[in-house]
Amino acid sequence: MVYSYSHRSSIGAASLSRSNPSNAEMLKGTLDMMVLRTLVTGDAHGHTIAKVIERTSEEVLEVEQGSLYPALHRLEDRGWLSSYWGISENNRKARFYRLTAAGKRQLVHQTSRWRQMARAIALVMGEETPSAKGNK
Amino acid sequence: MNWRRFLQRSRADAELVEEIDLHMAEEMDENVARGMPPDEARRCAYVKFGNTQQVRERLWQQNTLALIDNSWRGVKYGLRTLARSPGFTMVAVLVMALGIGANVALFTVVRSVLLNPLPYHQPDRLVSLYEHENAERNSSPYLPVAGGSFAEWQRSAQGVAQMAQVSPWQQYNVSAEGGKLPEKIDAAWCSWNFFSTLGVAAARGRTFTADDDRAGADATVVLSASFWRRRYSSDPEIVGKKIWLDATPYTVIGVMPASFVYSSSFGGSTVQAWTAVNHEAPAWMMHTFQDHEFLVIARLLPGTSLAGLVSRLATVQKKASADHAAPGVHDSVTGRSMLDDMVEGYKTSLYALLAATGCVLLIACLNVASLLVARTAARNKEMAIRTALGGGRLRLLCERLTESLLLSVAGGALGLLLACGALTWLVRMRHDMNRVEAIHFDGVVAICTVAAVLLCALFSGLISATTTGGSEILVSLQESSRASSAGRARAGLRRLLLVLEVSLTVVLLVGAGLLLKSYQKLRNTDLGVPVDNVLTMHFSLPAIRYKEPVQQVAFFERLLQRVRSLPGTEAAGLVSTAPGQGWGGDNMVSVVEHTPPPKGQEPDLMFRGADPGYFRAIQIPVLRGRTFRAVERLERAHVAMISQSAAQLLFPGEDPIGRHVKNSSLGEVYEIVGLVGDTRWSIAQPVFPTLYRPLYGNNYSAATIVVRSRRNVDTLALPVQKLIGEMDPDLPVSNVMTLRETIGKSTVDAQFDSVLVLAFAVIALVLAAAGLYGVLAYLVTQRSREIGIRIALGAQRRQMLRVMLLDGIRPALLGLVLGLGASAAAVRQIRSMLYETQPLDPVVYVAVSATLLLVAACACLLPAWRASRLDPMQALRTE
Repeated sequence: MVYSYSHRSSIGAASLSRSNPSNAEMLKGTLDMMVLRTLVTGDAHGHTIAKVIERTSEEVLEVEQGSLYPALHRLEDRGWLSSYWGISENNRKARFYRLTAAGKRQLVHQTSRWRQMARAIALVMGEETPSAKGNK
Repeated sequence: MNWRRFLQRSRADAELVEEIDLHMAEEMDENVARGMPPDEARRCAYVKFGNTQQVRERLWQQNTLALIDNSWRGVKYGLRTLARSPGFTMVAVLVMALGIGANVALFTVVRSVLLNPLPYHQPDRLVSLYEHENAERNSSPYLPVAGGSFAEWQRSAQGVAQMAQVSPWQQYNVSAEGGKLPEKIDAAWCSWNFFSTLGVAAARGRTFTADDDRAGADATVVLSASFWRRRYSSDPEIVGKKIWLDATPYTVIGVMPASFVYSSSFGGSTVQAWTAVNHEAPAWMMHTFQDHEFLVIARLLPGTSLAGLVSRLATVQKKASADHAAPGVHDSVTGRSMLDDMVEGYKTSLYALLAATGCVLLIACLNVASLLVARTAARNKEMAIRTALGGGRLRLLCERLTESLLLSVAGGALGLLLACGALTWLVRMRHDMNRVEAIHFDGVVAICTVAAVLLCALFSGLISATTTGGSEILVSLQESSRASSAGRARAGLRRLLLVLEVSLTVVLLVGAGLLLKSYQKLRNTDLGVPVDNVLTMHFSLPAIRYKEPVQQVAFFERLLQRVRSLPGTEAAGLVSTAPGQGWGGDNMVSVVEHTPPPKGQEPDLMFRGADPGYFRAIQIPVLRGRTFRAVERLERAHVAMISQSAAQLLFPGEDPIGRHVKNSSLGEVYEIVGLVGDTRWSIAQPVFPTLYRPLYGNNYSAATIVVRSRRNVDTLALPVQKLIGEMDPDLPVSNVMTLRETIGKSTVDAQFDSVLVLAFAVIALVLAAAGLYGVLAYLVTQRSREIGIRIALGAQRRQMLRVMLLDGIRPALLGLVLGLGASAAAVRQIRSMLYETQPLDPVVYVAVSATLLLVAACACLLPAWRASRLDPMQALRTE
């Protein structure tokens, strides 16, 4: 599987990129996907995004915060996110990210690809498919 | 997208720092909320985030275009290395700037003048047609066309070519009107279809129609834009107004656009007004085959070639010359494209100049390459260490190329400025040149400049880069401890470059020497009269106001009388055309006392009109007989004086006095009363046999007044002009100049070429000398240890001096030999630019060799002397 299900595993490009570039590509993709997914519920700044990912994965996934920011900038460059400066809930100046229309399309695309991939891997491993799991 | 990111990466970085700060603050807040003490909260936040610097670097890299970043780093590195040796940099940039600037300027001229199409409709289909004399091998193949020939040609070329005639050497006196001074303008008679053949329309009004081009039509005139602007202050209502030309009213029907120019190998670029030929020219001139007054242009219709048209017309002309056989009737036709016709006269000299600048550029490149090689040698150890530490060869090569590219770009930029200056100067200096107004920078020139810059960079960079081989690392590192010969091998390459440089310099010097000598010859050519303190000015009496010959003669005599009484005037005379001021007309003659020569082979004499006092005024020696008498005027004017060469031509071994000469075209017979010295009609042309007739009579209506003074004849120009103004306020004078200025004007071409080539040669010589000095100085430092040992072992200092001197001069000698050989081949190309100078003039070659050797010896002397003065102890200790 892509993640090691140790207590807390980190996702990010830097940690794995040396050993296996294709993994790195894929991981980068998943981080991007998760960031996009997080922003569906509303605009957020970097710290919130990291927290949300960690919380919703039940503290299994720990976003390597070093990769988060370059990823955010990259997504913005591709036009999937837009950003603006605002005030955080703690009254600090923060840079908020918002999902663009292109970003939404990309999210749908990536999600479906992810589902296919996860299902395929699960089948090979003889486990229940994530979709089946989801239905439980 | 990428570019924006690349250019805004500093801003992105600053924003990221802010984002990280926020992130940390939020994280710490959270940790504090969990109950950690502030210090611990802070520590945990940092631990969790990881290295912030690394994140920033990652984003920075993500936003960077690697290639640009690398090259930018290379450029910065190059700039720093160059800045570290400002002397070298400045010299190299200047050298490049000279080379590139001269080339860009010359290339711009060549392109604008020789290569760009003419500003007419479909200019490649326009040709100029000329008559040609098959029998006379020495005469020019391009002779003006007679009116009769043109009529025949036009008839036979129907459906093949559109043909127009123009006579661009006409002049009009423009009358004084509305407070303006009278003036004399250059004008052209043209057939009505002249403008439509060229494919140009008037900017205002219209050009001629067939109806204007009749003997009985109303007088009409088309003005040039510059004349309209200057004399009529761009009067928007000018069309339809009347102006007075030669005291006759002409209706202005049109103004040509400012961009319109017409010029030919016979001139035409100074034309200010155009009139209809059939209205202006006498009817006989339109039908004769003997009087060649016109230039012919033709637009080839589709399917016709120049050769086809010429051969068709040649048949017509052959028949016509048989039907109308008479002296001066030509039997053949030639033609060339209109562009060639305009620029033929400048082709050789411009291409020669371009070749000269090419040599300078090559020398500049060689010099910069040689300087770079010297630097490479100096930085040898640095390179070796870098290579040993794993610096890629490509990386080092790129660095070298970047350096030379920086030099060339700076040189190119400076060179462009130089070129701009040079072009401005050239346009001002050479407004006599056809198409000089067309000179401008354009895209192709820009591309060529960039190409020249890149080539220079590549050339000089590669030469220097190839001298560092990776295999020699060890040698280079060892070289520090022991004087070895690796350095000399590198100097060998520089020597080779020097040989090339010197030989190119020799070629330039020889070219410059030949042109200078030719120019000197031209300046010293004897016009046949003393040229100092002689003032000339030309005027012509309009036929309307001076109808009768008596009136003309009366004016001439009255004017001369008053000029002679001016204080400061030593002598004054009148002549139809002064020496050195042009052809002035010729006629076929025969000697009445001799058996007439076969038809068409009568001798040709130049005809001049002169008043009796002319010969004394201009100081043409009267060798035999006498000058004209005061009574030999009007109907008694059938006497003549001939020049010495005319006497030799007509009366070999006889006394010409008392004989009679018959003018074949007019039938008049003149009795020869005197024999005078020869004069030249043009400084660059051989003496032509001349016959003088009395100016008082013989239908002369135009004259040049010649005033000789003891000193400062210039000061007489105004009083004489004033005198003429008092006698006839409508009569303009033209060509007010001294005889010396006349010579200067006709030698401007030769002066221009020789001075420019000389300048290039001097630049080349300086560069070559600098190169020689550099190589030898480098050798001396390289070999100082060896020299020290030799001196310590008892070598004589004088001996060392000789060895080093020879070492330096050897490449110069080799270059000299090569260069002399190359010049001998190259100067054949400029033979047509030389006046009475042989391409293999031994004096020039010897002088060039001596100069070069002297300069080379001087350049080598200092380093050689320094070598011989070396203190052996110090030399041995330094290493």
